[in-house]
Amino acid sequence: MGYRPSPEGDGASAISAKIVIAGGFGVGKTTFVGSVSEVPTLSTEALMTEVSAPVDDLEETPDKTTTTVAMDFGRITLDSELVLYLFGTPGQPRFWFMWDDLVRGALGAVILVDTRRLSDCFPAVNYFENDCDVPFIIAVNQFDDAPVYPLEEVREALAVGPNVPIVNCDAREGVDARGVLTEAIKHALAVTG
Amino acid sequence: MTNNSRKSARVRPYLVTGGRTRSRRPLLLETLISVVEFDPALEKTLIPESWRIYELCRSRQSVAEISTRLKLPLGVVRVLVCDLSDQGRVRVHATSIDSEQDQRDLLERVLRGLQTIS
Ligand SMILES: Nc1nc2c(ncn2[C@@H]2O[C@H](COP(=O)(O)OP(=O)(O)O)[C@@H](O)[C@H]2O)c(=O)[nH]1
Ligand SMILES: [Mg+2]
Repeated sequence: MGYRPSPEGDGASAISAKIVIAGGFGVGKTTFVGSVSEVPTLSTEALMTEVSAPVDDLEETPDKTTTTVAMDFGRITLDSELVLYLFGTPGQPRFWFMWDDLVRGALGAVILVDTRRLSDCFPAVNYFENDCDVPFIIAVNQFDDAPVYPLEEVREALAVGPNVPIVNCDAREGVDARGVLTEAIKHALAVTG
Repeated sequence: MTNNSRKSARVRPYLVTGGRTRSRRPLLLETLISVVEFDPALEKTLIPESWRIYELCRSRQSVAEISTRLKLPLGVVRVLVCDLSDQGRVRVHATSIDSEQDQRDLLERVLRGLQTIS
């Protein structure tokens, strides 16, 4: 056991961690978070400053444009001193400037995929392959009316390497979602020296 | 430098603490905050937003939860929590990127946790 609760039980040694759930709009991120969270999914309206405008313009504008970005998140208490948070990424590409903040410190990431709209997840795959060090796995969220593809075909279509685990799930089922999270952590362990 | 000072003037509401140098744990979205020892007298000395954060954190919660429950922007929560922490009023808990945290230990503990709960 790598820890012990502090003697007085004052919780000083409590620690938290997070896993990020990414993927295109409507792929089931909110559903996924909700199916494993012990609390109703929370949504933080993060007030963000738009950085899309050229810097020169910002210098001249009295007020920067601010926008609220809704981020879903849930919580799983793993033991009395360890809380795991799940954060769903805001789906719209124009909010990507905040991803660095969102994924900072994440143990791992899950990219959800809908096989009817594979390309929706390309931006997320690109982000985790090229722009950050967080280990990620792919989870195909199998919708009822979607064709079922062999996972190796999905891998080919997504052009991700053989080292990236791909699993199936139904985001509405807590058991499935927990299984996906377990895979994500196992993968993180495998790539951690 | 002129440009920089103009910029910082504009965002001053979010930087109310000025440029003090501190060594501290980073405030990630998931960083847990808890009150060390609740002191009701602080209501008179803290600004209202800080007081609300302080009260809420009598039960341990993350930066993201504070932001959501109090409907305060994340940036504001971070600054005010920082101040409360500097004053020794709240505890900023460890996360995966804490320097003392062994990454492998944490991953294994999370894995055990996920496999245990149902
Ligand atoms: N049939 C089916 N529907 C799903 C599944 N996951 C999500 N949905 C539905 O798909 C819609 C979009 O899901 P949502 O979680 O809001 O997607 P998000 O935009 O990624 O957060 C919702 O109406 C869900 O109920 C699934 O596994 N199977
Ligand atoms: Mg959603």
